[in-house]
Amino acid sequence: MSAASALSKSASKTVPESTTPTADSSTLPVGQHGIKEHSDGRFGYVPVQTRSARFKSVNVADFEAVTGREAVWKHSPVAKFTDLTAGALDGSRYTVESTPSADVSVEWVPRTDARIGTAGLPEERAAANAWSAFDEALAVTVSGEEAKEITVTRSGLGTIARGAHTIIEAKPFSQATVILHNTGDARLSENVEIILGESANLTVVSLQEWDDSAVHLANHFASVGRDARLKHVVVSLGGSIVRVNPSVRLAGPGSDTLLLGLYFADAGQHLEQQVYVFHDAPRSRSRVNYKGALQGQDARTVWIGDVLIGNKAAGTDSYEQNRNLVLSEGTRADSIPNLEIETGDIVGAGHASATGRFDDEQLFYLQSRGITEEEARRLVVRGFLTEVVQQIGSPELEARLQLAIEAELIGTDDK
Amino acid sequence: MSVLEIKDLHVSVETDQGTKQILRGVNLTINEGEIHAIMGPNGSGKSTLAYTIAGHPKYHVESGSILLDGAEVLTMTVDARARAGLFLAMQYPVEIPGVTVTNFLRTAKTAIEGEAPPIRTWIKDVRQAMTNLRMDKTFAERNVNEGFSGGEKKRNEILQLELLKPKFAVLDETDSGLDVDALKIVSEGVNRAKANTGLGLLLITHYTRILRYIHPDFVHVFVNGKIAEQGGPELADRLEDEGYDRFLVPSNVG
Repeated sequence: MSAASALSKSASKTVPESTTPTADSSTLPVGQHGIKEHSDGRFGYVPVQTRSARFKSVNVADFEAVTGREAVWKHSPVAKFTDLTAGALDGSRYTVESTPSADVSVEWVPRTDARIGTAGLPEERAAANAWSAFDEALAVTVSGEEAKEITVTRSGLGTIARGAHTIIEAKPFSQATVILHNTGDARLSENVEIILGESANLTVVSLQEWDDSAVHLANHFASVGRDARLKHVVVSLGGSIVRVNPSVRLAGPGSDTLLLGLYFADAGQHLEQQVYVFHDAPRSRSRVNYKGALQGQDARTVWIGDVLIGNKAAGTDSYEQNRNLVLSEGTRADSIPNLEIETGDIVGAGHASATGRFDDEQLFYLQSRGITEEEARRLVVRGFLTEVVQQIGSPELEARLQLAIEAELIGTDDK
Repeated sequence: MSVLEIKDLHVSVETDQGTKQILRGVNLTINEGEIHAIMGPNGSGKSTLAYTIAGHPKYHVESGSILLDGAEVLTMTVDARARAGLFLAMQYPVEIPGVTVTNFLRTAKTAIEGEAPPIRTWIKDVRQAMTNLRMDKTFAERNVNEGFSGGEKKRNEILQLELLKPKFAVLDETDSGLDVDALKIVSEGVNRAKANTGLGLLLITHYTRILRYIHPDFVHVFVNGKIAEQGGPELADRLEDEGYDRFLVPSNVG
């Protein structure tokens, strides 16, 4: 699918028609060959093409009931989480464990906290539902120029439908890696705001190692200040339905982001990520690299990558790519890159998408060199995903992820 | 001394038009240290023989036997055959995404030896073998066959031949698509492997060109799924002059 066609399709559905700049067909020059109303009745309708113009609201009532036909939902099994899009959510505190670290505070803050709503606002109903529901927000505040790492673990969310809100703020010139580690069961819709002050250097890892039954819908909104650098990593391994949608606004000149994703879907799993980078300042830079493996009946992944280079964003450099490795029959990987450019003065902008399969001929080749079938699969998957793992920058986490990937391979071999 | 025996081998393959008989009773014995060339026109079943020895699942063995030092190869899995000492240099090696040459070679060597090779000597061996084959150092970090030219793929096959040290190697049209310089380099590699390990070679080719650099002890002419004639190196010279016509006239009518 071409970028342009994908974009116009998705954008046309999310914006109320009344706000669209519509050319009136009655003013068209007459007599020119070929100018006439199209038979589909939509001639003259110009969809709003800009990703940043999507409808936003923190109020769940402002969104229509989710049908599954909306651009943001059409790849998701919406019938399986109506409790999160239409039901009442429990927005109370939950148990959080975090590793102590100097210059990092983890605390609950009231809804009136000034930071809430500064990084982004919901664009769909589950996110607005969570926003309406949360009692207090969990705030992780990073200061101090020394590098440090902190892990925030949630393991006891249980099966009650929840709405949650998290703020991760990196003060100007601060530096840290924040790992959000998700385990256990959950039915969770949440918003995570990530705010980077001037020259901050922050890595945020959202690690989904949920139980097999968990449903997790997350929207991450990041705002990156002048000369700040955000590395954002989504690792989805466990859970029944996991949808983590990072949205990054490069708000300050010289801001920089690297968005990484790694996912391994096995039988029956739905893993989705809708990535959006908005270059809203000059000389900003972005790189997006998501890689996923699929194995087992009805293993399903979705990647949508939107990049918008705004008219203020001269001298930007961006590239996004998604790669999927299909290991067995019965899987489906959707990969939809969209690139929208409002200024001609850019250094670079590109995208790539490829979905390939590990096939019998590759297996034969490796086996003909003495390598067993099991080892051959491991070799290919590890090699494929390692590129992303190695860029995370946390040796301990990288080692753990290598083991987790091995476990995925072995776990699905049994099915 | 090792010996590879192929006895009355009949092989078929499933096609859209039904089962197609390809090998019709192949008999061949290769001793360690011998070079056998199998020559024949397109479609005579040469590659089928190569892939059947390696155990490709596409080919169905109807009868016959392949023995490696008396052990039945046909009941072994593909990887077990490699560990037993068989090697196939493929005509069209496939790309393996995500796996670097370095990683692949080490994993294969470990699988075949049953234990990881000692790191220091192994790295030295790999470097030396790559230098010998005029392979740039950057090859080691590229994914196996990904973006390789035809000549690079063939060199990569011979690199594996030299490092994995099999007892018997089948080279399937290794000369195809190589220019004369690459052909010389690849041939040197094969000759070096033989000098170092004394392996037995089954050289499958359509043309006599590669036989100028790798000298066969025996030449077999393969027509219509079996060996039609065999002899010494002089048979290759005769084929060079006459082509395969005299074999094709009586046997290729149907």
